[in-house]
Amino acid sequence: MSTMNALNTPEQVADRRAHGPHISMFGRMLLRAAVLRRRRAASALLAMIVAAAVATAMMNLYVDVQAKLRTEFRNYGANVVIVAKDGQSLPADALAKIESVLGSKTLAVPFSYAVARTHDGQSVVVVGTDFARARELNHWWKVSHWPDTPDQALIGMRAAGVVLPKASPNRQPFELTFQGKAIQLVPAGMLQTGAGEDSRIYLDQSEFQNWTGVAPSTIEVAANGTGEEVETSIRQLAGALPSADIRPVRQIMEGEANVLNKTRATLYASATLVVITSALCVLATLIGWVFDRRRDFAIMKALGASERLVNGFFAAEAAALGVVGAILGFFIGIGVAAWIGRVNFHAPVVPRFGVFPYVLAGSVAVALISAILPIELLRRVQPAIILRGE
Amino acid sequence: MFPRLVYESFRRQGRRKLLAGVAITLGVAVATAMIAVATDIGDKINRELRSYGANLVVTPQEDTLDVEVGGVNLKPPSDGAFLIEADLPKIRGTFWHNNIVGFSPMLPVTVKLDAREVTLVGTYFNKPLRFGKEDFGTGVRITHPWWRVSCGDGKESPNCAWPADDSQNVLIGERLAARLNQKPGHTIAVSGHPLTISAILSTGGDEDDQIVAPLALAQQILGKPGAVRRVYVSALTKPQDALSVRDPKTMTPEVYDRWYCSPYVQSIAYQLQEVIPHSHAEQIRQVAQNEGTVLSRIKGLMLLITFAALFASALAVSAAMATAIYERRVEVGLMKALGAGNLVVSAIFFAEALLLALAGGLAGFSAGALLARQIGRSIFNSQISIEPVLFPIIIALAVFVTFAGSAAAIRRAVKFDPVFALRGEG
Repeated sequence: MSTMNALNTPEQVADRRAHGPHISMFGRMLLRAAVLRRRRAASALLAMIVAAAVATAMMNLYVDVQAKLRTEFRNYGANVVIVAKDGQSLPADALAKIESVLGSKTLAVPFSYAVARTHDGQSVVVVGTDFARARELNHWWKVSHWPDTPDQALIGMRAAGVVLPKASPNRQPFELTFQGKAIQLVPAGMLQTGAGEDSRIYLDQSEFQNWTGVAPSTIEVAANGTGEEVETSIRQLAGALPSADIRPVRQIMEGEANVLNKTRATLYASATLVVITSALCVLATLIGWVFDRRRDFAIMKALGASERLVNGFFAAEAAALGVVGAILGFFIGIGVAAWIGRVNFHAPVVPRFGVFPYVLAGSVAVALISAILPIELLRRVQPAIILRGE
Repeated sequence: MFPRLVYESFRRQGRRKLLAGVAITLGVAVATAMIAVATDIGDKINRELRSYGANLVVTPQEDTLDVEVGGVNLKPPSDGAFLIEADLPKIRGTFWHNNIVGFSPMLPVTVKLDAREVTLVGTYFNKPLRFGKEDFGTGVRITHPWWRVSCGDGKESPNCAWPADDSQNVLIGERLAARLNQKPGHTIAVSGHPLTISAILSTGGDEDDQIVAPLALAQQILGKPGAVRRVYVSALTKPQDALSVRDPKTMTPEVYDRWYCSPYVQSIAYQLQEVIPHSHAEQIRQVAQNEGTVLSRIKGLMLLITFAALFASALAVSAAMATAIYERRVEVGLMKALGAGNLVVSAIFFAEALLLALAGGLAGFSAGALLARQIGRSIFNSQISIEPVLFPIIIALAVFVTFAGSAAAIRRAVKFDPVFALRGEG
């Protein structure tokens, strides 16, 4: 016990400090202020972290949600249609050209059309396509069973009544003729869309071309990206395929733009509200914290500290708090955004480190404002009055 | 004594109380606005999703197959069955008539124009109709919002407007117009009828190769008054779930009632078949199937953001209350030195917190309602209505958060030794 006391005599403490690593008076004051009033400092830091985290999550979401929603909107199918001019066929390398212009990830599905006759002479539209691609593009097609082999066909719900014998509708081969050439087809499954597809019969493209000799006349493309990006894609395609007519599907493009704009505006309004509220939270906590320490302020001034030093001290303290809070909050915020992405879109939100400077600047600015505000009020008061506890 | 303590506290510390009150008001306002927006967003986005066009199509029950390639109708014009135009206003008589945004009948007719075969489609543009005592207008301008009319340059102009539904004026698709070198104001002879082109139509679809005319005109050309080939219906629907896809014939009466009284696309289709004789109504899966996912994604997102907003405003209120109470330790010391128990001191603080919460909650609710209205008006061009049931919930929430935020601070203030407090060693 006595040795312990002996180690802590003021002389020894002063000695130890003098020989220890040199920290300036300013730095030591900052450090001691944080350590001594741990509880208050912690609650101020917590408010800072939460605000920075919420702001980060909101900014991350605002940027990423639009991309996420665009992916959802691609489920509506093609937004660009490429049609051969004047009822002719597209060049054989059209698909390869489209993929070289837009990248191989872009979904492009060829369609070729012919009108065939059934066994009792009725007209029916037969379409040749690539089933694997069509399935990928048109998620809304309700298909009972996709064809596995080239001689199998997909029968539209309404076409089924015409081409299939009434007595045995399932899996019975049926015959179609096109300009005198007959073909035997096996129905693989039924197709239901509620639109024109219901009246048609879908065949594998190579089988269709062998039978009719008709090459694809239409290619439907799901182009990714914003409206402007799709417009650019259309211009590039027009350059690559001068013999074709390339047009946006306005129904899909305008619907998407409309819903996306409204969602973005709502998101923006909400994010602004949330960020303002969390900034308010920091302001309330920090003002209380600084105001609470008016006694420190008064002592510093009574000991002869200049106004600049005192202001600098509180400002540095606030800035340090802002920086630490922003860094911790940023990582928590990225976690929150990723979690929201996982829960709502089943795909993580990519962390955007580009928002960090904004979060950092915002945090430091709010911290400085909430430190300067009470100091301005205190400056007019004589230190003696504060120290007397009035 | 107790009420006076509380009253005096408010009177003498007006500025401090005001600060705490402002924090509560702002927190509650943000919470109210966000809850209102989140609860209404589904309805609002549902309406915006209608810009994708009709999600239901009604066809005659015993119809022959459509034979149509690239917008050219190859089916013999008078072949197959028709719906009766006079039945259409009954669509407004279905159970979910308020959810039906609009409908457009279509009657494609193959006509001769300059010795070419062209498809002319008869439809409503914005036709005034009457069902019972209700007047309403419907047509492609509502159900097909991406259709644009212009003088041929893509820009709207007063000279090239939509034709009237009772006129002999038609729209000509932009590709057809370019091919035939026709302009608005020209008169074309369609199967012996002289028709005036009122504007160029651009849709990005098959209609760009067609002529679009008032329905009555198409019926006159076809020689079948009152005939309609199909009707496109645009309805606000509820996302599909396990109940919606069940077959109504296999349902018990209670389940059937629940199914019938939910605005599923399937039940609306069923009700359309009930009111239009000999009809078959089907969902257009491209539109109907996708809107559910988009809607639930946006709703889910807003819900999560609302939680974030509630969390942030709860924290702001708590922080303001904690600060306000922490500053009054000397007062607590004095009360305790004069013999007040912990219970009485806590009771005073809680009473103050309650008053603040009620006042702040009331002001915040009104401000939040205004904010929500502003958001609704500026983004969606329509009102965001605040459910009255939200008011007690918001007030309860404000009181709860204020209490929760004060509780820790009050406990610490009460525990504080009065001797230290009075000596000023905080």
